[in-house]
Amino acid sequence: MDLHLKIWRQKDRQSEGKLVSYDLKELNPHMSFLEMLDTLNEKLITEGDEPVEFDHDCREGICGQCGMMINGIAHGPLKNTTTCQLHLRSFRDGETVLIEPFRAGAFPVKKDLKVDRSAFDRIISSGGFVSINTGQAPDATAVAVTHQTAEEAFDAAACIGCGACVATCKNGSAALFTSAKITHMVLLPQGKEERSERVLNMVTQMDKELFGHCSNTEACEVECPQGISVLNIARMNYEYGRALFFRRKG
Amino acid sequence: MILDSKIPEGPLEQKWDNYKKKAKLVNPANRKKLDIIVVGTGLAGSSVAASLGEMGYNVKSFCFQDSPRRAHSVAAQGGVNAAKNYKNDGDSIYRMFVDTLKGGDFRAREANVYRMAECSLNLIDQAVAQGVPFGREYGGYLNNRSFGGVQVSRTFYARGQTGQQLLLGAYQALMRQVGKGTVQLYSRHEMLDLVMIDGKARGIIVRNLDTGEIERHAAHAVILATGGYGKIYYLSTLAMGCNGSAIWRAHKKGALMASPSWIQVHPTSLPQSGDYQSKLTLMSESLRNDGRIWVPSKADETRQPNDIPENERDYYLERRYPAFGNLAPRDISSRAAKERIDAGYGIGPLKNAVYLDFSKAIQEQGKEKIKEKYGNLFDMYLKITGYNAYNEPMMISPSAHFSMGGLWVDYELMTTIPGLFALGEANFADHGANRLGANSLLQASVDGYFIAPYTIANYLANEIHTGKISPDTPEFETAEQAVKQQIQDFMNIKGTKTVDYFHKTLGKLLYDYCGLARNEKGLKYAIEEIRRLKQEFYKDVRVSGQGDKMNTELEKAGRVADYFEIGELMCYDALTRNESCGAHFREEFQTPDGEALRNDTEYQFISAWAWKGENNEPELIKEPLIFEEIQPTVRSYK
Repeated sequence: MDLHLKIWRQKDRQSEGKLVSYDLKELNPHMSFLEMLDTLNEKLITEGDEPVEFDHDCREGICGQCGMMINGIAHGPLKNTTTCQLHLRSFRDGETVLIEPFRAGAFPVKKDLKVDRSAFDRIISSGGFVSINTGQAPDATAVAVTHQTAEEAFDAAACIGCGACVATCKNGSAALFTSAKITHMVLLPQGKEERSERVLNMVTQMDKELFGHCSNTEACEVECPQGISVLNIARMNYEYGRALFFRRKG
Repeated sequence: MILDSKIPEGPLEQKWDNYKKKAKLVNPANRKKLDIIVVGTGLAGSSVAASLGEMGYNVKSFCFQDSPRRAHSVAAQGGVNAAKNYKNDGDSIYRMFVDTLKGGDFRAREANVYRMAECSLNLIDQAVAQGVPFGREYGGYLNNRSFGGVQVSRTFYARGQTGQQLLLGAYQALMRQVGKGTVQLYSRHEMLDLVMIDGKARGIIVRNLDTGEIERHAAHAVILATGGYGKIYYLSTLAMGCNGSAIWRAHKKGALMASPSWIQVHPTSLPQSGDYQSKLTLMSESLRNDGRIWVPSKADETRQPNDIPENERDYYLERRYPAFGNLAPRDISSRAAKERIDAGYGIGPLKNAVYLDFSKAIQEQGKEKIKEKYGNLFDMYLKITGYNAYNEPMMISPSAHFSMGGLWVDYELMTTIPGLFALGEANFADHGANRLGANSLLQASVDGYFIAPYTIANYLANEIHTGKISPDTPEFETAEQAVKQQIQDFMNIKGTKTVDYFHKTLGKLLYDYCGLARNEKGLKYAIEEIRRLKQEFYKDVRVSGQGDKMNTELEKAGRVADYFEIGELMCYDALTRNESCGAHFREEFQTPDGEALRNDTEYQFISAWAWKGENNEPELIKEPLIFEEIQPTVRSYK
């Protein structure tokens, strides 16, 4: 199959970017989207041009590193998937495909399709953990967790931190990412003790990183490769309110 | 050189305790005077950096990804072993030790393997305390399942994302320390050389992948937790960025490489579908708990799998290995698949796969149950192949997966360079010639959480009077210049072929001649071909862009340059081992029915290799393996 690509090229953070057109012919529909970009890059290098920089690593849909806007949709047209797990069979022969980096104030572009998502790491380091030192944990069976609770916590813990939720949100909000971690931790007994401190710190950090407020459009859930639910955001808001209430009381 | 493995005295079950009792300590006030570099942020790297950070050392943590959470430990999906005996089915530390040693074809150290089994209990406790949402029974207690090579249920799992969840636990512990300022994080940095001063590891040279700047970092100890080099085959289950550069550059500075040719080929990856393909995706081994593996009993079968009646299917694992059936260890299952494919019974468009069939399990347990256990894997299969595995069997094929080889380390996980430690898949320890399923997450984690914090302290106790190490020494200068020169050399070649071309060509050579099966003629041929390809690379590779800017092609060029040398050493290693063991199947050494023929009289040793300079043959140094507790037997899964 043939594709006509329009790709965002930007030399570095300071430079202005622009869309550049490329044509690729006789592609195999079983190719993944990133393999299609590999093919393009091989062609560009051989022709003496600079290849397109894009982020990727595991190519199994689990590391969360790949991610770009494809025809205006985070990770492209296939639902609940990462870019590396998107295959050309999701496109029509001869189609024009617009490829841009994730767009958000908190995710500045580094080069071409690569963006800086280190804000996510800083949100985690502000409280997205259980404060247990290594080496001397109590026996794992000491605290029972019901199957249902563990599964519910897992649904939130499954977030891969790709940033599609931020990129697709018109406010560039990190509410889905942050709330998923808060929900994961608050559901499990191990994480409950520091629930108030955690939610206050993480929400504060989220704001400091210039993520926007939740827009309540639920676009994040629609684009999330792991199908993380927006109900986590409701839980984060509840936890935040609860923490403020008890902090005032205390 | 005589290798001292430093195995502590005493009976097997007391060795680790004896070590810990005698290990030197660093007092908390002195720890802040000591700097430690950790390269890699997978399970081993994150856990050791977090542990050392919380103990009070100054830790610098490096990874080439954009965030430590991306390390490829995320992709080990199936589970992690621990001899908790929660199922009351006869498991124990001792039994896990025996299974692991036997699974590795008696080519690992007893003391290391026993310690790993011993520490497995703590790992589950640690992970649960960190909030890892392991699978639970309805009553609330931890659940587990069975994996290849064992007859008990000792594998703990978090759906099909165990590696991801364990890594997130370790990553979160690391980020907690980053927040506290005990660990400084350097993401998007790649280690390009090791710096030694007076024979000790004292620092590293790294390239900032965002800016292209070359940086110097000094420390009292350097820990390499950089994972495996299986991506050398190009098509493998590893992430695109996985590489062997850090350990290889340490090897060239004097650290010995052990057992480089023992690379596990995993039986349940998705088959290759075309030349454009960049990697092979692994379907978790856990699928073999319920899936049955078969091929048509007639060669060149053209019918769809569901149209082939039961009596025309060959469940070859159940037939050849009735005691373990579909749960036969990975090396055995992979070779059995290759044997059937080579004999003309392969299926799929390229006839390079076998079926993994869930129809019986769905019939017996219901689709919902199967969905709960493996749903995400079935979804992934659908996304990648376009086929629905609830309705027809999956197509699977063997692919390069895990390197049992790596830097030689002693019982303290220290390499032959004082102050240089190697953890997890970057070292050679614990797995022998074959790694049992669900032991990789375990080894990486226990190395980082429970072993290295003791052994590194034992080393650092003698370093408290050293004072700050300065990166402004001639040793750092020389190393930095060498790195810059190499980059300049790559940029100057301006040839006609891409880096990927060379990587793919090398990978194919290794699959053909140093893959699932090897023979003397093929290995000698491969060594010659690799040398020729390397020469061509240095004449004709084209690295676009600039050396001092963000440049993925340049990163890849450095990695492939190292792969040529690692590949050559893999072939040497395979050539000198005149026996078949685990992942190493030499065609000249097999039983009449095609099983591996081990030679304990002559080859009961670890091959550790010393670098002797470019174009010189490497030097083989042997560490004899002494078995006191169990005597090696012929591995039989029949």
